[in-house]
Amino acid sequence: MENNSNLIINHTAAAEKTKISVRNLNFYYGMHQALFDNNIDILEKQVTAIIGPSGCGKSTLLRTFNRIYQLYREQRAEGEIFLDGENILDNSVDILELRRKVGMIFQKPTPFPMSVFDNVAYPLKLHFSLSKSEIIDHVEKALRGASLWDEVKDKLKKSGMALSGGQQQRLCIARAIAGEPEVLLMDEPTSAIDPVGTLKVEDLIEELKQEFTIVIVTHNMQQAARISDYTAFYFQGKIIEFDITEKIFTSPANKQTEDYITGRFG
Amino acid sequence: MKKRGLFFRKTTNLAVTAASILTVGFALLFMGWILYTVFDNGFRSFSWAFFTEPTKPYGIPDGGVANAVLGTIFITLGAVVIGVPPGLLGGIYLAEFAKGNKLGNVIRFSANVMMGIPSIIVGLFVYALMVYTTKTFSGLAGSVALSIIMFPVVLRTTEDMLLMVPDALRESALALGAPRWKTTVNIVCRAAKTGLTTGVLLAVARVSGETAPLLFTALCSDSWPFGYFTQPTSNLTITITEYATNSPFPEMHTRAWGAALIITAAILILNISCRFLFKDSRHGK
Repeated sequence: MENNSNLIINHTAAAEKTKISVRNLNFYYGMHQALFDNNIDILEKQVTAIIGPSGCGKSTLLRTFNRIYQLYREQRAEGEIFLDGENILDNSVDILELRRKVGMIFQKPTPFPMSVFDNVAYPLKLHFSLSKSEIIDHVEKALRGASLWDEVKDKLKKSGMALSGGQQQRLCIARAIAGEPEVLLMDEPTSAIDPVGTLKVEDLIEELKQEFTIVIVTHNMQQAARISDYTAFYFQGKIIEFDITEKIFTSPANKQTEDYITGRFG
Repeated sequence: MKKRGLFFRKTTNLAVTAASILTVGFALLFMGWILYTVFDNGFRSFSWAFFTEPTKPYGIPDGGVANAVLGTIFITLGAVVIGVPPGLLGGIYLAEFAKGNKLGNVIRFSANVMMGIPSIIVGLFVYALMVYTTKTFSGLAGSVALSIIMFPVVLRTTEDMLLMVPDALRESALALGAPRWKTTVNIVCRAAKTGLTTGVLLAVARVSGETAPLLFTALCSDSWPFGYFTQPTSNLTITITEYATNSPFPEMHTRAWGAALIITAAILILNISCRFLFKDSRHGK
């Protein structure tokens, strides 16, 4: 298939530069441990999919990459996560700048209660001091980047909440890329939108990986197979297998991985 | 196992339905009765003078309640200015920063206790605090008393409304690199805007009919309420009390009904507009 050959080319051509490396990561929800000694390297400008049954820690891993878990007092991470060599779990890290560099897309679209334009302009106003015309340019660029421009260019003043579910999700992607991040975290970004919307988001991910390192959590194994270059299989807080997507789906080394992708459990 | 008969189930269903309809009818009956009486008697007093002239001393037949309407507005607005900001800020603290911590629980519990304090006690408290020390009744003291009643109401509704905002929205603002306070102000409060407005309006509706706290604070007066800060200030509820209980003149009784109608209608309108406001926001404009 066309898609597959693309993946191989991307893979061999990739500079193999590590963007994020996780070392001995343990994660706790209060007394409950959710991740156990995780080690994984996420390569730059590649799509890395994280699959596994519900409650296995996929989202938890993702939520450590921008330290969003810190919103909740009882959650804590131990270990090291290096983003371009800098340990982001270190307290000295500027967390606002970290989150500018590491954008996130959530399961349900979360447009802010403001206009389409203001949604996308929000991160720009947070992190940069731009003139009005510069903001307009960047908003357009971000909306084009999220393949949403043509659909919303006449309703920029309308509420972001008035868009369809799929459009809302692409609006959130536009908002996430507006601040020019380096990494995009996607937590089941298509599970709450319809098949047409899903297809558009998947196509978009293909394009976005030219510029961004993407880590995507998904329940949908076909989706992981379609869009990712690397796949990690998670089970009970541990990384069972991590390899080139093609290999995971055609000749997995581990029995549990094979059982999961062939639908025998999970 | 023995099955219960169809007849038994059907009769129980019917009996419970009938009982609940009756109870609702009972409640509605009294509400309708009160409203009817107030409207029926109140309308008779309505005239141009009623709405434009101030209250007159006993024995003078004509006069209106215009000063009392204005006074009630002053006192209530004053209460809003004093009571709403701390209520809103406290509610924000509870919902956004005090999830499950001890101080939060103490505040929440205290607010619940405050809501249960009889309003006359609040009036006496402010009397001791402001009237006794300054040796004068004042509209301001009335506002303070009302604001003490408003505060816990605003606090708790604010907390409830903010807790209805999904965490995903907070997370997406934080994930963009917004600091916590900006997330709260720009995103969470904005998302809960109509809920917060509704909370404030309901609190206003709650206090604008209060009489007891004003008895020891604003008292009453026949002049226009421009001595709000230093003098007894006219208001509708105490005017009603005065005219209805202390006055031997029938035209004053009629005016009391009129004043009662004004306040009832105002509160009714406030409540109804709250419902519409809130309903609209939930269906996403």
